[in-house]
Amino acid sequence: MMRASARRIWGLVYRHACLYRKSWPRLVELAYWPTLEMLIWGLTARFLYLRGGTAWLLAGALLGGVLLWEVALRAQMGMAMSFLEEVWSRNLAHIFISPLRPFEMVAGLMTVSLLRLLVGLLPAVALAYLLYAFNLFAFGPILILFFVNLVVMGWAVSFGVMGLLLRHGAGAESLAWGVLAGLTPLCAVYYPLHVIPMPWRVISLLLPASHVFEGMRAALHGRVAWRELGLATMLNAGWLGLLALVLVREFRIARVRGALLTLGE
Amino acid sequence: MARIVVQGLGKRYDAVMAVEDLSFSVEAGETLALLGGNGAGKTTTIAMLLGLLVPSAGRIEILGHDMARERFAALARMNFSSPYVSLPGRLTVAENLRVYGHLYGVRRLEARIGELAEALDLGQFLHRPAGNLSAGQKTRVALAKALINQPDVLLLDEPTASLDPDTGDMVRGWLERYRAQSGCSILLASHNMAEVERLCDQVLMLKAGRAVDRGTPQALLSKYGRETLEDVFLDIHRHGARAA
Repeated sequence: MMRASARRIWGLVYRHACLYRKSWPRLVELAYWPTLEMLIWGLTARFLYLRGGTAWLLAGALLGGVLLWEVALRAQMGMAMSFLEEVWSRNLAHIFISPLRPFEMVAGLMTVSLLRLLVGLLPAVALAYLLYAFNLFAFGPILILFFVNLVVMGWAVSFGVMGLLLRHGAGAESLAWGVLAGLTPLCAVYYPLHVIPMPWRVISLLLPASHVFEGMRAALHGRVAWRELGLATMLNAGWLGLLALVLVREFRIARVRGALLTLGE
Repeated sequence: MARIVVQGLGKRYDAVMAVEDLSFSVEAGETLALLGGNGAGKTTTIAMLLGLLVPSAGRIEILGHDMARERFAALARMNFSSPYVSLPGRLTVAENLRVYGHLYGVRRLEARIGELAEALDLGQFLHRPAGNLSAGQKTRVALAKALINQPDVLLLDEPTASLDPDTGDMVRGWLERYRAQSGCSILLASHNMAEVERLCDQVLMLKAGRAVDRGTPQALLSKYGRETLEDVFLDIHRHGARAA
């Protein structure tokens, strides 16, 4: 049973891997934006450092912020874009009439999302070390908690995006890459949470990423912000559960409306 | 035991009844054709049988499984082909067949792909992207995908559309042989009346979502006093069904 399930998940992963293994532009595109963002913010941090009066902590906060925020963005896009790929190729009907269970489809998309994330992010992480001597892994084991929380937040947002795609079709595709990026100002990526004015800060407090980045800044000062990381984990569990329910509901509605037949049109 | 049992099937979209009170069954080794004009309810019926669409009324049982509760058990032993539902165009034909082979848990997958390539004459474009093929080649690839798991129930929506007469004839012959060898039950929606006469044991005539007549091709020809199913189709479409 487990083996059959794993094979079906592999079938979906193989489908997406085939797209990338023969297309270098697709591979370059995965690494392009994370690398570009890292270069821009790295140079900004260097400029501020050279002006004097700014500690290396600022450079760390900016580069750590940009690289970790890319974790959430790439996890979200990796999942939503892989789903969109099925919509564009008008292949969803074949997928949904195969024995692939919905949870296996989600597991397959999560795997594809992680692979895309690693391929996209590792060159930027390596370049940050080479160009700016910034070592992301210097955060130590706590980095795993940052990483997991940001990936889960990306996946949770993807659940909502896929629900909207099932409801509104390919017309909602701009959400696949825009929705989480649009939350950037509220996620306290590059500045502390208290900088965000009220009442926007209330929304920020409800976003797991805000707490992850507070935790990241604490780690740069040598502290482990367990409270912030605990809050991020609890918020993630809540958002993931809520948006998974939205996805399940939209899938059921799509089966009633017949949207699975016409989604790519 | 019937492989497909449909009882009182209905689908309503707001005020429109797309399918109404449809009942039929398909035995092992039998082929049933759904015939009807555009909007008669053929595609809607097939979508409900596949679990893509939730019926508003009625019950569907395939291979002994209630499709409302146990559809995945049935889906593993079914398959579907339509020239109107694409396969990923950037993947090669072999890659597409491999993907679906994994999804359907096919054993000895490479050997199965080889068998299908030979039977459906896909060898020359097995390693070409599916999106670069002609319409006829795509139809054959879609059929290969539908047969990858050697299904016990096969749903075909216009399986030979876009094929030239020679290739269409080859595919029909292959479907006949596959059914004879495997005992597969086939539900076929088609506008090709010659194809229906050749392949089907039973015909279900649909009009505006309702079954208006049914029987073997021969019985329908006799009942309407016509020489071809096309004339029977036109009679029913223009003048309505005759009483028995």
